[in-house]
Amino acid sequence: MSATVLPARATRPAFGFRRWTEREDVFSWLMVIPPLLFLIALVGYPLVYGVWLSLENRPVAQAGTFIGLGNFIADLHDPTFWQVTQNTFVYTFAATILKMVGGLALALVMNQDFKFKNTIRALLLLPFIVPTVLSTIAWMWILDPAFSVINWFLRYFDIANPGPSWLGNPHLAMLSLIIVNTWRGLPFYAITLLAGLQTISPELYEAATIDGASAFDRFRYVTLPLLKPVIFIVTMFSVIFTFADFQLVYVLTRGGPANATHLFATYAFDVAMTGGQLGLGASIALAMLPPLALIIIAMSLYMRPAKS
Amino acid sequence: MVERGGWSVRALKLWLPLGFFMFFTLFPFYWMAITSLKPNQELYNRKIMPLIVYHPTLKHYIDLLTETSFLIWTWNTLLVAVVSTAISLIFGVMLAYPLARMRFPGSALIAFAVAATYLVPQPLLFVPLADIIEHMGLGDTLTSVILTYPTLLVPFCAWLLMGYFRSVPHELEDAARIDGATRLQTMFKIFLPLCTPGFISAGIFAFTLAQNEFLYALIFLTKTDVRTVPVGAIAELVKGDVFYWGQLMAAALLGSVPVAIIYSFFVEHYVSGLTAGAVKQ
Repeated sequence: MSATVLPARATRPAFGFRRWTEREDVFSWLMVIPPLLFLIALVGYPLVYGVWLSLENRPVAQAGTFIGLGNFIADLHDPTFWQVTQNTFVYTFAATILKMVGGLALALVMNQDFKFKNTIRALLLLPFIVPTVLSTIAWMWILDPAFSVINWFLRYFDIANPGPSWLGNPHLAMLSLIIVNTWRGLPFYAITLLAGLQTISPELYEAATIDGASAFDRFRYVTLPLLKPVIFIVTMFSVIFTFADFQLVYVLTRGGPANATHLFATYAFDVAMTGGQLGLGASIALAMLPPLALIIIAMSLYMRPAKS
Repeated sequence: MVERGGWSVRALKLWLPLGFFMFFTLFPFYWMAITSLKPNQELYNRKIMPLIVYHPTLKHYIDLLTETSFLIWTWNTLLVAVVSTAISLIFGVMLAYPLARMRFPGSALIAFAVAATYLVPQPLLFVPLADIIEHMGLGDTLTSVILTYPTLLVPFCAWLLMGYFRSVPHELEDAARIDGATRLQTMFKIFLPLCTPGFISAGIFAFTLAQNEFLYALIFLTKTDVRTVPVGAIAELVKGDVFYWGQLMAAALLGSVPVAIIYSFFVEHYVSGLTAGAVKQ
């Protein structure tokens, strides 16, 4: 029998070959090889190619020249790059904390018995289901400089006239993005934490109550410790995808005003796609890895689920 | 737990916060719907109360369907989402079945690699992928996104299905094997039919993710005919500084409908898929 891997239905039904593919390890490997090759070709290879690109001066549609760490050095001397780093951290931390606190609050509220619970849960998940770009269009109109519904109320109640330019002021623009990101991500937190809450046995609460624990004590010493692993995983996901967010910023502000809301992803997009500097753009995208890795390591140390 | 206190305690602990969250969550959708029904003279009038429509009109919907390529974008979006979900489920099963049910050398490494792939953020890959897609001559074809979306969906499907597969007892498979079924027969005839709920969860989730994707579609699809709804709406209903707000809102609402309908039928499956990664059992 040849050593090469034959397709499962060989033209000559060799007895030995059939026996061979029935082996647990051979069958498993034959199964996982096609999807693995697919992932290597379209995730692994681009990742490596991205690193290679980041070491090149590579204008679009032209051959690249190897410049070593030149792009990364250029990044470090680029004030916008530092602004982008700061923006990304502010955005990620603020939005994650809001989602965590709001999501936990909503999960605790939902963990009571009430009518139409399933319908309400389904409705509350809507922001997470609806394509982000489409729901962001609604937010764009809510935050519109001239026709914002918020500003209409501010004017109506004589609080401000004409009202702030939500996406025109650097600080308000960042705040708006954080709110919209929270709006979209909060249901994921809430529903996942709710599922976590429902795995906590009521007997624990009863025992704590008998021991004289107040509602706050029960939350602090029963709910939180048992929920910690779930909070950890949800936060991990949330941090990664908030840190690498693109859609919201691209649709609402395109990074403006004056780069005040550019994140790594949108800035890399601007440099690589709009500016045609593929190498420099790739280096900016890659630059988000070390800080992201640091955050994940710090979180793992701080919130590590206890090993049992 | 038995709650003490009357309706006022309940209002404070339940309905008041729930009302706040419901308002925060649903207002943008209400706003989307109401804006899409407003005639332009109401839309761009800063004096009148904006929360209701005085003279509802379907003009924006008609304009959207007749003057733009919205229907083509919708077709493209559904086609891409369905095909990439199907590919992802097939690859997902091929990864999850051996990883969850068999012992073989390298399985731990593969499981780790799949999880790590799931956590690779998309913006890390778009620059090299843009170059690769262009070299392959796939720019402005739906193939470009049909090929790349599964890279986001396969790791997720595999992970979710692994969890589901592990929960299925071994007895039926063992019986089939003793009766002389091959591994492939056991998998297709005995095992996979038991896992339909898992497939629905993974499928629904992958489908919504595919509908939601924006970055690759924005980069790879630059011609009207091949665009998906999110890219089409952002790129073609915003012309320079001119926003076609009525049509934008109509597009946002109509574009959300397919996902919302499918979701409403399978909420429970969706929720179990959503929480599967984080909550054990």
